[in-house]
Amino acid sequence: MKTLNYVQDLIKEAEKRKVKISTIVKEYEAQKRETEIKEIEKEMLKQWQVMKESINTGLKEVRRSMGGLIGGEGKKLQDYLVKSNTLAGEKINLAVARALAVAEVNASMGKIVAAPTGGSCGIIPGALVTVQEELGLEDEVLVDALFTAAGIGIVIAKNASISGAQGGCQAECGAAAGMAAAACVELAGGSPSMAGHSCGIALKNILGLVCDPVAGLVEVPCAKRNAMGVSLALVSADMALAGIESVIPVDEVIIAMGQVGENLPETLRETAKGGLAVSDTGKKIAESYKQEK
Amino acid sequence: MREYSVFDILGPVMVGPSSSHTAGASRLALLARSVAGGTPQEVQILLHGSFAETYQGHGSDLALLGGLLGLGPDDVAIKDAYNLAQEAGLKYTFTPINLGESYHPNTVKFIIKTANNEKITVTGASIGGGNVLITEINDFSVELKGDLPTLISNHYDVPGVIAQVSLILAQHEINIAFMRVFRKEKRKIATMVLETDELVPQSVLDEILQVEQVVDVRFVEPI
Ligand code: SF4
Repeated sequence: MKTLNYVQDLIKEAEKRKVKISTIVKEYEAQKRETEIKEIEKEMLKQWQVMKESINTGLKEVRRSMGGLIGGEGKKLQDYLVKSNTLAGEKINLAVARALAVAEVNASMGKIVAAPTGGSCGIIPGALVTVQEELGLEDEVLVDALFTAAGIGIVIAKNASISGAQGGCQAECGAAAGMAAAACVELAGGSPSMAGHSCGIALKNILGLVCDPVAGLVEVPCAKRNAMGVSLALVSADMALAGIESVIPVDEVIIAMGQVGENLPETLRETAKGGLAVSDTGKKIAESYKQEK
Repeated sequence: MREYSVFDILGPVMVGPSSSHTAGASRLALLARSVAGGTPQEVQILLHGSFAETYQGHGSDLALLGGLLGLGPDDVAIKDAYNLAQEAGLKYTFTPINLGESYHPNTVKFIIKTANNEKITVTGASIGGGNVLITEINDFSVELKGDLPTLISNHYDVPGVIAQVSLILAQHEINIAFMRVFRKEKRKIATMVLETDELVPQSVLDEILQVEQVVDVRFVEPI
């Protein structure tokens, strides 16, 4: 595959050849870079290791963010779920704790993988590590799933956006949720078309989400939106694995997402001039942050 | 439409929180350092647009200092950049500034005193996803992305200079990947930016400097 324009193309090719979506994405990348598949797998394995490290770092130590607005939430949730009977279930809370932890590492200048961005970097690792643990999978299989996620991400970047300044938070935390959802389906042995439905379902759930960072910092609401993204990814994957389909095909959802992004006013696209950024508390935080400076 | 790599989507590996304000800031400073030929003695860092507003909350200040010291965007030592700058004897100031509407909202201007006491100004923007573009060196317009080895020279704009420079490169089997010439006026000083596939050694730079109309030439290593 020389160009990668639509999820449907990935699904068709994968189903025709009875391979995983990741196989097609790896071939695309190897061809694009004129290199061996082994080489790009090696590179992706490095990213995967950084993702896992970022979870461990975030859950081990409480780190205050650069702007001072967040820190320690991932660990709090982890401590809670060990001690109490959770309402939503242990596994999903663990995934959320992990996603929060990575987002906190990002906000405190720790090392992360932008996935697809810094603000949304907890969703994919949080979901994938949780599925890896649940199903007892090897790292090589996880590396494959990352290629599936990235392949879907390429389609989103082309037909919509993966930047909050361009398309709102649907383009960051939303895109990450859609990418993670498809990857989780592949990990669980679902078909390529199930992966597509899972991504479509996830994206439909976040269509229109605005980007409104308080004081312009990647902290509030960013970190906690990773909680939404990771749980949405897992739930969408389960729905698709159960055979539930997205009535609107995934590519049409992505195109709609692009249009919605274009229609978002500038105040809701990372400018910190709308949404939560101009709530009473948001404004107060921004004011005191400026004075501190 | 742009053909993305999977690593444009998953990546870069970086120190947070922001690909444009942290990773991009670090790469801008790395490039400025490369233009300056190493860690400078002194630098005034002027911050324009959204850099001026949120540079501390995004750790842009740390990333910029780290880059000037040679630390990459994925080096966690960036967080300690203030101490490291002090140890290295790098003097710095940060000043928010308004460079005007024509500049990208994420622009930084470095006014540098190099290790050789040369004064250089470098202006560049963080254009998204950690990608950067140097737009001015010493008030001459350029376009420098920093992903390939790059040769930058100033010369008197008369016919034949460009041919002579490319001939010298060809004689040393250095392949030109991309070339652009920038000038303010015809037949005055022109700036040539040459991206090459190979690194350009000092001996070749010396040879280029001997071309009569060439005023200066510098080599910028890729970052
Ligand atoms: S609110 Fe904006 S900055 Fe924060 S994660 Fe979402 S898109 Fe990124």
